[in-house]
Parts: sequence; structure tokens; C-alpha cells
Amino acid sequence: MAKKLRLGWFTLTCCEDNAIMFVELLNTHFFEWKKQIDFRYCKFLKSKNTFDEFDVALVEGAVSSEREKKRLLDIRSKTKYLVAVGSCAVNGRPSAQRNDFAPELKKVIKPFIKKWKLYDNVLSAKDVVKVDESVDGCPMNEEKFLQVLDKYLVEFKVK
Amino acid sequence: MHDNEEFCISVEGISKIEGHASLDVKVKKGKVIDAKLRINENKRFNTLATIGKPALAVHQIVSRICGTCSVAHLLCCIKCVENALGFEPSKQTIKLRDLMLYGLNIRDHAMHLFFFSLPDIFGKDSVLDFADTGKEHDLLHKALAIKTAGNNLSVLIGGRAVHPPNILVGGFSKILTPDEAKKMVKELKSIRPFVLEFIDIFYKSDFEFITETTFIALRNDRFSYLEGDLISSDGTRIEENDLLEHLNKFVLPYSQAAGFSFKGKPYTVGALARMNLNKDALHPKTQVSAAKYLDVFPSDNMFHNNLAQAIEILHAIDSSIQSLEENEFKVESRPAIVPKKSHGIGVIEAPRGTLYYNLRIDDAGKIEWADLVIPTAQNQIKIDKDIGILVQQKLDKKMSRDKIPFELEKLIRAYDPCMSCATHFLKVNWKEE
Repeated sequence: MAKKLRLGWFTLTCCEDNAIMFVELLNTHFFEWKKQIDFRYCKFLKSKNTFDEFDVALVEGAVSSEREKKRLLDIRSKTKYLVAVGSCAVNGRPSAQRNDFAPELKKVIKPFIKKWKLYDNVLSAKDVVKVDESVDGCPMNEEKFLQVLDKYLVEFKVK
Repeated sequence: MHDNEEFCISVEGISKIEGHASLDVKVKKGKVIDAKLRINENKRFNTLATIGKPALAVHQIVSRICGTCSVAHLLCCIKCVENALGFEPSKQTIKLRDLMLYGLNIRDHAMHLFFFSLPDIFGKDSVLDFADTGKEHDLLHKALAIKTAGNNLSVLIGGRAVHPPNILVGGFSKILTPDEAKKMVKELKSIRPFVLEFIDIFYKSDFEFITETTFIALRNDRFSYLEGDLISSDGTRIEENDLLEHLNKFVLPYSQAAGFSFKGKPYTVGALARMNLNKDALHPKTQVSAAKYLDVFPSDNMFHNNLAQAIEILHAIDSSIQSLEENEFKVESRPAIVPKKSHGIGVIEAPRGTLYYNLRIDDAGKIEWADLVIPTAQNQIKIDKDIGILVQQKLDKKMSRDKIPFELEKLIRAYDPCMSCATHFLKVNWKEE
């Protein structure tokens, strides 16, 4: 069997615009990527996912709770490369816009923060783990995403 | 399984939906005693983030509520701001916004139908498992061609399918050219036969779950997603400004989203509601080509939401072709809009159902207060109830426990929930008590 890039797609706190952009990229890349990529973990594409080892983990979304921090640390421990995809993962925003709320608005959200055990301040991926590549944009810059993916397809001798 | 057994069905991380959700069902002595869909998206407080932001720019903030439905949030917000300021958009602007929503419905319904639901019909886990040759391969090519056309239409009108930059309060910053319109028409005509093929597949699917509910949707004479009064299947007509008077909002302690009831009961919004209440307003060509399939509606089979979505794709294509062929879109001078202290309400039909915006603007032209009612939140109490009924039906038919979670996921997928607004699918753990 031809070698495939072992890929995982993970979503933290965000609007999932990058996943939608990825789904739109599948319009033209589906058959090519199906040959090249082992989609080991990709919940918007499949139910039976495997969380073991990845060549590349694509992470969208910011880190807004201890649960998400542990999840990101777990992803990092299982992947050779981690790519922050989209603005929320790269710099925390716009999910981190609540970090700048005025004091009266912070008072309004405090009960929710406490009840759902959310962080007082939302973090970017690099605040928690080593990030190897960043694809910025809200939604992600498609061209940069394709460049980064292509780089890893070459590095892992898939193409 | 023993009759006296107590157990819980817990499904963590539901898959092939938009966002994060999980499910808990508690069973005691063979009877379902509790069923809850927990929406686990960490709150981002987007509604509150609008406070103090310029009314003329806030649509780009609320667009980030949801990557899937960003166009719907953006257009509903703009409609609300324009209503508040007493601004009436040009006829061309309305036509372009219609086209933007047609593009959204084509690509969004196509994603749900082809990537999430079609594998259930073919007994596969994923479209990735479809055969590389033959009928399955051919269908995938056609599905992707439909998605591509929806995406291209969105990009053509809005500049991008997600968080489109060209749509502004008062108009558009960029207008398509006649040549671009012609090319788009050609592409839409090329995928029309494919859509009819998929309508037939969802029509022939024998999935069935009969739901007892009230359906609510906007109604107008051209099946537009932008305008009209709200009507319900119990005969109530509601002006958009009055919707909240008929709804009760619930804090659901187990979910990061709220729930709503209509006249004290759960209700349902979305494509099935629209088809049940408005099918006679579909594009005339759609009514002719889909006549056999439209006989199904009104329907109380929740899986017909998939068929309704497929027919809506055809309606979006026929309506877009007509609009692009009949109109020559031109650059319009954008009127100067001066924000003032005001209050507005905007209601549209998002792909998953009725979307409601209520905004108050202050003297400085900034958002002072905001309230949103989201489609999936409106459906949540009904989904909870139907999950309980479905598990009970399957237990009564002695279905083995390991098969029930798949049935639950199928039903939840039929509702096409959006957890970012209020989906991904479930790994089920059975816990003995």
C-alpha cells in the first residue's frame, strides 16, 4: 500500500470556519487527498476515528478551558508536527475577544465561566504547546494551508 | 438485557455534525426516564462582544458565531441594523442577498446531505469509504460538483463562502460582471440533473421517525429566505417583530446553549418546516421537476428533513439561474447611512431554520444591547424529546444496545444541528448502574 500522511483535524474553541474551508477545498482535492492522506481523526468526515499517532495534527480554535489544554497537550504528544490553523489557534482571536471585555461585561460572564470551568483568559495554541507551522486568517488563508500541507506531503515522501 | 436493569447511554463527541455535542439517556426498568443532548461548545460570548461595537460593522463580528452559517448571521444582522435605522435596501441589493442565501443553502445542505447523511444511506462510516469505481464513485463526483457550484456562487456574490467581505449594510462593495453571471448560470445548469438524482435517493430512503411537533418558518410568495411573516403548522401567523412574544426561553443546566418552546411546547424549525409550510411557493421549475417528491409534504417524518434540503438545493439553483439571467447587475452608489439611537429586529431563514436578531443602537451609533434566537437552540428541546422516544422504541423492539447509538446519531444528523451556533459525532459508552 502506498505511503499516506497520517493526519488529524482537531477543533477547540472557535466557529469552525477553517473546517468549513477545508470541506470546500475537498471539492477539488477529495480524490487526490484520499490517495495521499490517512484521515485518522476527522470528526466532520467520519465516526470511526483513531487517536494514536499522527504525522501532522491540524488544530483550529483557541484554548478556553483546562479540558482543552489537556486535549492540546495530548494531541502534541501524539504528533510529529502541529499546525495552528486559523486566527483563533494562531493568536486566540476572535475567541479571545472576551479577554478585553470591560469590567461590567466580565461581571456578566463570570457565572458562565465558573459553571462551565472556562479560563478567565482565552489562550492561543502556542501559549500551551510548541507550534510548528501557522496558517493565519479568519477563515484560514487557503493558499498558505495548501502550501503547508504540500510541504508535509513532500517531507513524508507521500508526493 | 434484563427488564429491571438501570443504565445510561452516553455518547461522547457526536460525529458528522457541526460542532461539539454529546448525549445522555437514562433508562430504568426498560423505560427511558431522561434524555439530554449536551452542547459542549465552549461559550465565546459573541452576543456580548457586539456591545459597544459600531452598528455598521457589527455584522462581521456576528459572522464569527458560526463558520457554517456565517452568511446567515451576517445577513440577518444587516437586516436588523437596516430595520433599526429605517433604511430600505435597493431592489438589486435584495436580489444579490437572495443569491448569497441560495449559494449558502446549496453548499451547506450539500455538505450535510453528502458528507454527513449519505454514508448512513449507503451503510458506510464516511464518504472516504465509498468505492473508487462504479455508482458510489460517480455519485461522489456529482456531489462534489454540486458543492463546488454552491461555493462558486457564494464567492462570486460575497467574495468568499465563509465570512464574505463584500456584503455591507446598505449594499455590496463588489458586483459581479455579466460574463461572470453567464459562466455561473452554465455551471448551475450543469449540476441540475445531479440534484434530481440525489432528490430521488433521499426520497427512496426508508429511514423513518415520526415526530409530533409544531413547525415554524417564514412564509412569502417566492420561497425567499429573507422576508415574510412567520407561520406555524397550528395556523398561527406572527409578524417578525412579535416572535419573542410567542417563545419561552429555557436555561438548560446540562447544555451551553439555551432552549425554546412555542406556546409552551417544543417546536421545529428548518428545511422540513419550510417545505411543510411553503412548498407551493417554490420556484415553478422546481415544482414541476420535483412534483412527485413534493407529494410527501407536509410530512412528520423527521428524516424528510434530508429530502426537503435536497429539494431546497434545486429551488436555489432554479431561482439563481432565473435571477442571473434576468438581471444585469450594476455598480450602485452606496447611500450614506448615519447610525442613530434606534432599535431593530431582523428575521431570516438560515439553512437550519428561523434566525432572529434584536439589536439596540445608541446615540453614538454603537450596539447597546443584543439578543439572538438561533435555529438549533429552538430545536434542542424537541431533539431531547425525540431522542428519548427513539430509544424507547428501539428498546421495545429489543434492539441490542450497541446498535442504538447509531440510530440516535442518524436521527440527530437528520435534524442537522449546528453546535457552533448551538455538531461532530458520538462515541457511545454504556454505563451499568
